[in-house]
Amino acid sequence: MNSVSAHTGKSVSERLRGVNNEFKLTSDVHDQPLKIENLNVYIENLHILKDINLSIPEKSITCIIGPSGCGKTTLLKTLNRMHDETPEVKITGRVMVDGENIYDKNVNVNDTRRKMGLLAQRPCPLPMSIFDNVAYGPRIHGIKRRKLINQTVIQYLQYVGLWDEVRGRVRTSATKLSIGQQQRLCLARGLAIEPEYILGDEATSALDPLSTKKIEDLFLKLKEKYTVILVTHTLRQARRIADYIVFMYLGEVIEAGPTEQFFNFPSKQITKEYLSGSFS
Amino acid sequence: MKYLEERIFKLIMITAALIVLGVLLFILGTIFYKGLPSLNIDMITKLPGGGFYLGKEGGVLNAIVGSFYIILGSVLISLLISVPLVMYINFYLPKKSKFSELIRFSMDILFGVPSIVYGAFGFALMVYLGMKASLLGGIIAVSMLIMPVMMRSLDEVTILLSRELPDALLSLGATRYEMIKVILRQLMPGLITSILLATGRGIGDAATVLFTAGYTDNIPVSPSQPAASLPLSIFFQLGSPVEEVQNRGYASAIILTVIVLILSLTSRYISSRYSKNKI
Repeated sequence: MNSVSAHTGKSVSERLRGVNNEFKLTSDVHDQPLKIENLNVYIENLHILKDINLSIPEKSITCIIGPSGCGKTTLLKTLNRMHDETPEVKITGRVMVDGENIYDKNVNVNDTRRKMGLLAQRPCPLPMSIFDNVAYGPRIHGIKRRKLINQTVIQYLQYVGLWDEVRGRVRTSATKLSIGQQQRLCLARGLAIEPEYILGDEATSALDPLSTKKIEDLFLKLKEKYTVILVTHTLRQARRIADYIVFMYLGEVIEAGPTEQFFNFPSKQITKEYLSGSFS
Repeated sequence: MKYLEERIFKLIMITAALIVLGVLLFILGTIFYKGLPSLNIDMITKLPGGGFYLGKEGGVLNAIVGSFYIILGSVLISLLISVPLVMYINFYLPKKSKFSELIRFSMDILFGVPSIVYGAFGFALMVYLGMKASLLGGIIAVSMLIMPVMMRSLDEVTILLSRELPDALLSLGATRYEMIKVILRQLMPGLITSILLATGRGIGDAATVLFTAGYTDNIPVSPSQPAASLPLSIFFQLGSPVEEVQNRGYASAIILTVIVLILSLTSRYISSRYSKNKI
């Protein structure tokens, strides 16, 4: 192990050179349904993500942390191919979901996105009623039966704890809800497409503490059924809810591991500095 | 000193508002003062009788219906072109696409082309195709006139739409087409405003229809027949030496103004109904 110091003036990649930076969060790596292999992302010739290798354990919460601009959100967006919308982005490497590389030519992007429920930074309800917001996903994915749609909507509104609050006004506009309620509605909307993974992009950063608590509790509940991957800016949140932590810095994964181990025994100098608050 | 500036600026703003309001009231005042005495139910329910332009009996129903047909047809045609075009350049082409810039630039140029040029162009086209002055010719010429208005105003509201809504829809696994259907709901007030702007420009324009739609005292029953229009009707009546006919011209102007007003109010009502779920 070469000694790593933040004060050598060398770039992170130089400092990490020679270190095998393939990160497996748990030992049983063979049946990880989500694997990122040699992933590189370039945006307008800037090398944003550098050779990422990660296996994400299923049915758990993995938090991606790191200072601003380190590529957390870029990494998250590669998982549901949202980079397809920006032609300047070039991606190499593989993202294996259920044994299939989602960047393969014959993979339907809409199917991939359907597997990944995304919860964005700020809630963005669709311009329709509360009911139709949740029903939208099932409808576009071919569910026609009214009864089934009704059931689905009620089920997921109950799941996110919104049903009691909005019952009786589900036909009114979703924009009338408070921002915390909107975020839970967006979560219900994402769950209604029956994804396998939940991606959260700083999903609580626009919310008040009480709403944040509700969303965090939901994430803890969700990990029983789904694999949850969250980008977060707050270390405390990661500590509260994550099972595994991925620490990124300047487009590279510096360290990854179970939460307890990561916070108590960080192995890299730069991680220690980040945790101690030397930079953020 | 600060407060003086504040006062002067406030004065300028109030004056500007008063000028706009004053001009509007002056125009409305003139047409109502001159036209109201001649306005009666015959004006809007009867076709011009023989010798109408010399002061005999009749109304301008031909022009009301003609204008209505022309604007309805041309708004439909422009919608069919503008909506797909705006959606294409905003959601299918990349952000900094040269092609979408080219389209916007051409629309800006077309926007500035005087209506008589569209009329002349439409006329030349019709001569080439062997068509006579007809409702269809008028619809095509007016479509060309109002399409840039509609396209550019719809484009402006679409550009202002935040990236969040398209992203939210796509991340649910929606296809582009499904995404656009929802986005159009969000854009409904903007779409209606752009229809209104286009209607306003199209319905009041005389030069475009002069050669293309022609003029007739009857209501067209097929697209190949000539159609009358209110602006031309007003023009012909005001050109009459008989004072009574001139006053009927002002009455026709009231009718045109009221039609535009009604269209404006209905579209605002529809727009507010459709946008109750707008974010």
